[in-house]
Amino acid sequence: MGGLPADIWQPIRLTIELAAITTVLLLILGTPLAWWLARSRAWWKESVATVVALPLVLPPTVLGFYLLVALGPNGPGGWLAGLWGGRTLAFSFEGLVIGSVFYSMPFVVQPIRNAFEAIGDRPMEVAATLRASPMRAFWTVAVPLARPGFLTAAVVGFTHTVGEFGVVLMIGGNIPGQTKVLSVAIFDYVETSQWREANILAAGMVVFSFVVILAMTLIQKRAGRAGG
Amino acid sequence: MMEPAGITASFRGTIGRFSLDAGFEAPARGITGLFGPSGCGKTTVLRCIAGLQRLHPGFCSVDGDVWQDDESFRLPHERPIGYVFQEASLFPHLSVMRNLLYGARGVDIARGEGEIRFDEVVELLGLATLLDRSPQNLSGGERQRVAIGRALLSQPKLLLMDEPLSALDRLTKDEVLPFLERLHEILALPVIYVSHDMAEVERLVDHLVLMEAGRVIASGPLTQLQSDPALPLMKARDAAVSLDAIVEHYDAAYGLASLSVAGGKFVVPAPPVAVGAPRRLRVFAGDVSLAREKPLQSTIVNVLPARILAVTAAGEYEITALLGLAAAGDGAKLLARVTRRSWELLELREGIDIYAQVKAVALVPGPDSSAG
Repeated sequence: MGGLPADIWQPIRLTIELAAITTVLLLILGTPLAWWLARSRAWWKESVATVVALPLVLPPTVLGFYLLVALGPNGPGGWLAGLWGGRTLAFSFEGLVIGSVFYSMPFVVQPIRNAFEAIGDRPMEVAATLRASPMRAFWTVAVPLARPGFLTAAVVGFTHTVGEFGVVLMIGGNIPGQTKVLSVAIFDYVETSQWREANILAAGMVVFSFVVILAMTLIQKRAGRAGG
Repeated sequence: MMEPAGITASFRGTIGRFSLDAGFEAPARGITGLFGPSGCGKTTVLRCIAGLQRLHPGFCSVDGDVWQDDESFRLPHERPIGYVFQEASLFPHLSVMRNLLYGARGVDIARGEGEIRFDEVVELLGLATLLDRSPQNLSGGERQRVAIGRALLSQPKLLLMDEPLSALDRLTKDEVLPFLERLHEILALPVIYVSHDMAEVERLVDHLVLMEAGRVIASGPLTQLQSDPALPLMKARDAAVSLDAIVEHYDAAYGLASLSVAGGKFVVPAPPVAVGAPRRLRVFAGDVSLAREKPLQSTIVNVLPARILAVTAAGEYEITALLGLAAAGDGAKLLARVTRRSWELLELREGIDIYAQVKAVALVPGPDSSAG
C-alpha cells in the first residue's frame, strides 16, 4: 500500500478555499436580498426570487455557458479583469468564485428568507415600539431569531459549492492550483485511470457530506428544543 | 397654533374593506379606555397612534408634541410610547432581564427623578424572581407582566395597551389586573387601553372613548358615558355605573366600609381600607330596585333617596332608569333596571323622587386617586 500522491492535497485545499470564500460572500450578499424578499411588498419581488432560484433547475452547463460569456473578454468579467491588466475572468480562481456565488445563491437565500418570514412582523414592531431603529432591530432581533436559517444557509452553501462540477468545468477548466477543484480532480483521475486516487477523494466526499448533514440535523434539533 | 395639552388623535382611511374615521381627545392623565365590539377599529386606532400603521389624513399629538399631521410622520421608534400587545411578544432569544432592558438603552435606569426606575418596575410587577429566566419558561400571566415592565422601562410618555388581558384565561386575568390597577395608582403616565370587556373598563378606566364600526360615537368621563341614555352602554344587559367615592369610616367589627359619593353614602363589605382614601364603586343596574316609600326594615343596607332623571327601554319588558342621588337628583348617577310591570304598578315616571335600594355594591380594588 503506497502513500497518498502529493498532488492530491492541492485540489482539496483549493476546494475548501473556494467554498469558504463563496460562503462568506453569499452570506454578505444573500442576507439583505433574503430580507428584502421576506419583507418587501413589491409586486415584482417573486420575479427576483425566481431568477435567484434558476440555478436549482438549470443544467449547470447552461449556467456555465452564460457565465463563460459574461466572464470572458467581451463580457463585464473581461472589463473587470481589465482593471488590473487581465483579459478575462474565465479560467481563473476569481471567475470560479463568481460562478459559485451564482450557482449556490438559492441554497443560501432560501433558508434565510424562510427564517426571516417565520419571524413575522410582530418582533420587529415590538422592537420599534421600544425605540429600536430599523437597523438595530435587524441586528438585535431579526438576525438572532433567524440563526437556524443562517446555519442551514452557511452549511448548505458551503457543501453545495464543494460539490459543484458542471459550472466549474465550463468556466474554470482544469488548471492545477487555480481551478482544479475536487470534483474536477476526481473526473481527471478517472479519465487517466488512476482509480485509487479517485476512490480516495470520492470516499472522502461521501464521509464529509455524511458528517456535515448529520451534524447540521443534530444541531438544528437541539436549537429547536432550546427555542421551543 | 397652540396644540391642546392632552392627547389628540384622528385618523381617516381604509384598510382593505374596513373604513376608519375616528377622532378623539383624551386627558393627559389617567387611563383612557378605547371600547367597542370586536372589529370596530380600536386596535387600528392604537396602531396609528403608535405609528405602526399609517393613515392619511391623520393627526396625532401628545402634550403639544405633534407626532403626525399632514406634512410630518414620526416613525414608531421616534415616538416616546410604550406598547403592550395582546400577546406578550417577548423576545424569545433574550432573558427576562434583557427583555426588560431592551428599550431602556442609553437611560440610566438606576436613578432619575420622574423617570421610571428599574427597581420600581420589578417591585410593582413582581418580577424579581423571573429576571434570569427565559421567556419560554414563563406562564402567560408572567409573560404579560414582563411585557408591561419592558414597555414601562423604555420611559414612555404614553402607554398604549391593546387588550393586554384578552389572551389570558379568567384566573390569569385576575392575577394581572391588580398589577394594572397598582400601575394606575402609582404612575402618572397616561394610558390608552383598548378593550372589549366592560368589566375591565369599569375597573380601570377614567375616560372612555366609545367606538362602533370605525367611528367614535362618544368620548367623555366613564361615569358620564355609562349614564347617557343616548348611548348603548346604559341599555346593555350588564349596564353599570362606576362611582368615585371617599372612605369615610371603617367598621372592623363587621368588616364594613362607609363611603361617600356626591349626594349619598354606601356601606360596603370590604377588607380594611384607610379612611380618606379615594376608591371606586361599581353598581350594576340589575342590582338597583326602586321604592316609592322608604322601606322600614330590610336586609338591604343601602337605600338612598334619588330622583328619576331619564328612562330608557331595555328590551321589551324591562326599563332602565337613570337616577340622580339626593332629593333634588343632583348627586352621583345610578342606573336601575326594573320590569315594566313594576314600573307601571308603582306609577313611576321621570322627575319623581323615589328610594333606590342597592342590593350589591362592588368596591373596585384599585383606587382612583391619580386621575385628577
